[in-house]
Amino acid sequence: MNLSPEDVAKVALLARLRLEPNELATYTGQINEIVHYVEQLQQVDVSGVEPLAHGVEVRNVFREDRRTDSLPREEALGNAPKRNHEAFLVPAVLQ
Amino acid sequence: MDPLGATLSGLLDGYHSGTFSSEEAVGAFVRRIEAHNGRLNALIDFDPAPALEQARSIDDRRRRGEPLGPLAGVPIAIKDNICRRGELTTCCSRMLASYRPPFDATVIRRLRAADAILLGRLNMDEFAMGSSNETSVYGPARNPWDPDRSPGGSSGGAASAVAASFAPTALGSDTGGSIRQPASLCGVVGLKPTYGRVSRYGLVAFASSLDQIGPFGHEVADVARVLSVIAGSDPMDATSVEMPVPDYLAAIDAKTDRPLRIGIAREFFAEGLDPEVEAVVREAARVFEAEGATVSEISLPNTGQAIPAYYIVAPAEASSNLARYDGTIFGHRAEDFEPRTDAERDDLPGLVRMMMASRAEGFGPEVTRRIMLGTFVLSAGYADKYYVQALKVRRLIRDDFDRAFKDVDVILGPTSPVPAFRVGEKVSDPLAMYLLDVYTGSANLAGIPGISLPGGLSKSGLPIGIQLQAPAFAEETLLRAARTFERATDWHTKRPQLA
Amino acid sequence: MDVEKKTMEYDIIIGLEIHVQLQTESKMFSGCGTEFGLPPNTQTDPVSLGLPGTLPVMNGKAFNLALKTALAFGAEIARFTKWDRKNYYYPDLPKNYQISQYDLPFSTGGSLPIPERKDGGGGGSIRLTRIHLEEDTGKMIHAAGGMSEVDLNRAGVPLLEVVTEPDLRDPADARGCLEELRLTLRYLGVSDCEMQEGSLRCDANVNLHIRTDDGTTIATPIVEIKNMNSFSAVEKALHYEVERQFEKWKDDGLTIKDAHKETRGWSDPEGITKPQRQKETAADYRYFPEPDLVPVEVDDAWIARLRDEIGELPMARRARFESEYGLSAYDANVLVEQGQDVADYFDAVARETGEAKLASNWIQQDILRSIKEKKIGLGDLHVDPAALSDLIKRVKRKELNTNQGREVLARMIDTGQAAESIIAEGGYGLIGDRDALAAVVAETIDANPKALEDLAGGKKKPDAVKGWLRGQVMKKTQGKADPELVVELLEARLSELGH
Ligand SMILES: [Mg+2]
Ligand SMILES: [Zn+2]
Repeated sequence: MNLSPEDVAKVALLARLRLEPNELATYTGQINEIVHYVEQLQQVDVSGVEPLAHGVEVRNVFREDRRTDSLPREEALGNAPKRNHEAFLVPAVLQ
Repeated sequence: MDPLGATLSGLLDGYHSGTFSSEEAVGAFVRRIEAHNGRLNALIDFDPAPALEQARSIDDRRRRGEPLGPLAGVPIAIKDNICRRGELTTCCSRMLASYRPPFDATVIRRLRAADAILLGRLNMDEFAMGSSNETSVYGPARNPWDPDRSPGGSSGGAASAVAASFAPTALGSDTGGSIRQPASLCGVVGLKPTYGRVSRYGLVAFASSLDQIGPFGHEVADVARVLSVIAGSDPMDATSVEMPVPDYLAAIDAKTDRPLRIGIAREFFAEGLDPEVEAVVREAARVFEAEGATVSEISLPNTGQAIPAYYIVAPAEASSNLARYDGTIFGHRAEDFEPRTDAERDDLPGLVRMMMASRAEGFGPEVTRRIMLGTFVLSAGYADKYYVQALKVRRLIRDDFDRAFKDVDVILGPTSPVPAFRVGEKVSDPLAMYLLDVYTGSANLAGIPGISLPGGLSKSGLPIGIQLQAPAFAEETLLRAARTFERATDWHTKRPQLA
Repeated sequence: MDVEKKTMEYDIIIGLEIHVQLQTESKMFSGCGTEFGLPPNTQTDPVSLGLPGTLPVMNGKAFNLALKTALAFGAEIARFTKWDRKNYYYPDLPKNYQISQYDLPFSTGGSLPIPERKDGGGGGSIRLTRIHLEEDTGKMIHAAGGMSEVDLNRAGVPLLEVVTEPDLRDPADARGCLEELRLTLRYLGVSDCEMQEGSLRCDANVNLHIRTDDGTTIATPIVEIKNMNSFSAVEKALHYEVERQFEKWKDDGLTIKDAHKETRGWSDPEGITKPQRQKETAADYRYFPEPDLVPVEVDDAWIARLRDEIGELPMARRARFESEYGLSAYDANVLVEQGQDVADYFDAVARETGEAKLASNWIQQDILRSIKEKKIGLGDLHVDPAALSDLIKRVKRKELNTNQGREVLARMIDTGQAAESIIAEGGYGLIGDRDALAAVVAETIDANPKALEDLAGGKKKPDAVKGWLRGQVMKKTQGKADPELVVELLEARLSELGH
């Protein structure tokens, strides 16, 4: 697998990362190098092996449906990069 | 007795015997930090006043004979990815430069309840991504044994601070070796507990299925004491395991009825292992044998697959964990996200451009690289080939350990393939940096505990660590084995000379 | 519009995607509340804000409610289920991934009943594809200055997603099905299903299978309709869309092979669907297992326990009301569709009095009307089933006539007093004395010679005249006469007089 700069640009859009043109070239080279390296995994025979996605194989962990206090609004909005008195603000979502 | 030279246990002894007060001890650490942190950059933020005030209050309580927690008066430095209510928690990233969580991490709550003194924020690789502490937005932390060299990473500030006696102990996090590798490079003890042993609530996630918080110290007893405080299940972390927390300190010197069985994997001695590191590991094996342990060669056939598997699983999870930093609810937002090209103007709404510009400005290159790598390996058409394949190999790696631990109690090996390298030496070659995790990443993939402890010095006087690994939740065995080596050697007593 | 002709020309193919908020105290993964309509951002906590370091922990009640729903619809419960992350960037999704279920939902299959329609259509059932659990998103509100507000009160509320097969053939059945779903979920205590408040949301996929003259069938492109905020909107939007697609096909002849699925939004005030802006990038959700949540294994005992908790569901209850009590389908439906409390109330009164039809009448005409007028719930009514049964039995025993009974019931509702004391205080009671009543009847006829003239002259209908006379008798007795007896005596006297 060899990713073209266009492939990497697509990945960057999917990941919401704006890349400068010179960065795109650098990242394309580096990501290809890493991808080629990790492709050695394809050689491992994994037939019949279940994927292991979790750090620990426990099951059925639940919490009780008990209500706890909400954050005061000022604290909820406390780290907002842009806000008004009641909400987070983002550039309008155009319809 | 000088509190600076003391281990955590020594410090507590000093408090109990009245040799020095907490205020005197903290004052000594403060002066030490003020004298040397400028060079080492281990702490990125440090306010002595509250620490000294807390020390005075603990001294008062001690004088009045009030009950005190197990870490009363012990300064502990905290990696900058562990949340403290109302205090900056930045992950050494521009993205979170002004972020203040409205809650404490569970480990912080437990440390506060134990009357530990939280001392400053530790430098680290940005979002814990790196093995040299060079990706920090605050600049690299440096190795007290040679400030031209890296302390390792990502918990480089933690290892550097403990080695430099800025604090007797510190908390770091380990996703692929981020506690053990810097501990090895800085000549201190660093413990990565079993996945699920310590709550991750309040640890800013890098790779959720791999991350664990763990302690640093000068000796095994130090990390045992801290582990006893921070371990245990937490209703806020569904992956923390409901299991009693033993007295780890008592366990380290406990007598056992049969000799310790040590295994060394033949796969460890491969290309890339520095001969001096190899010599230290082989010597450690002889030490263990001399202490009555049996040492046998074992095989972990998939050792070579750990790094490729790790550098798929960890970036995949990271790409999702770090998606939340988009300039909306918290974190950096770009001021200028005007379209730069006609295509951007036509295709990308302002909202999308805002997110893209904020993330581009907020993240450094290593984080950006891993997010893209992780996004790619999960994307449509590639997930099975890369991500799912890596998860299957991950199970094979864990099966290797399960098989090995049928015959041995602990596995001995190198922590880092090389001693401390120069700042700037590897930073331009991402893959070379990734290969530094070759001996540590597999424990995270398998969820088992690992510890690095001082095992020797190189000819040029740099520390070399050895790593021990044990089955999941066998921290008692792991610490006991480490203590066995420590009792027979004096590497843990070596301290760097600070100019 | 000739509906008959149209339905011969094409089949309407409808499938639904339904989201239902579960009735829990706290959110799916954290403790803050789930109320609707609070001021923006006053119902959040660190987890539902997606703050760095927070972790989800599954709400056990939400999972149980989900299982109950699946069991009620005869779905297959997965013995092993897990959580996945669905990754996409949107400001109402603070983590920029939604915790959902991808390849192993907790439930597959099952069916929803289609209620029979008044026009004779409907009946049968539609198949369910799957039901899964996920977290709700926050809300975006348009704000001034080219900005949108983000309100995260709703973020993290437990949400059930029900996906049906494209088995519906009529917009009225889509509505009927949804209403039946709401009724069932309310019976189960799973959700309040208020479409206006968004606790029940429905998107519909619709297209047409058009029969052409040469006997082949052509499928039109599938359209997904969103923004339907009421049951009637669902029906109207589907009708509109059917019409629109047919006209469009006649115009451009495009089929399912020529066009991608289109998303259109229903505009209720305009009564039309409009194209919705497509996302700027093709969706690639990069699903992967949520590492912060552990899988769930469901065993037989768990399923059996929940099955026991499920009471009689609406469909079964309607059938029983018809078979056990001899109610008409109409009456059975009215009592059942009011909700479980009304149906339970009826059950109790019908059993206590042995008079199911009377019980049905009293409840429909008096009890339901007065709770509607007072805008209260049945539980807030002062008249319990025993009290109403007592009253009905008194009427049956002719202690009161029906009109008196209604007055007494009205007072019982107002005061909470028992029938007995209201009857005593109010001087209610029937004049059952034959001779006394015969005298009143004779008096009344004598006093109204005009009435007899009308009868004799045939100017007015005899029933109207007799009814008027009956009313006069009731008036004279202040409504206390036994109405049946009045009729009998009136007839007797009139025939004596030759009428
Ligand atoms: Mg978002
Ligand atoms: Zn959904």
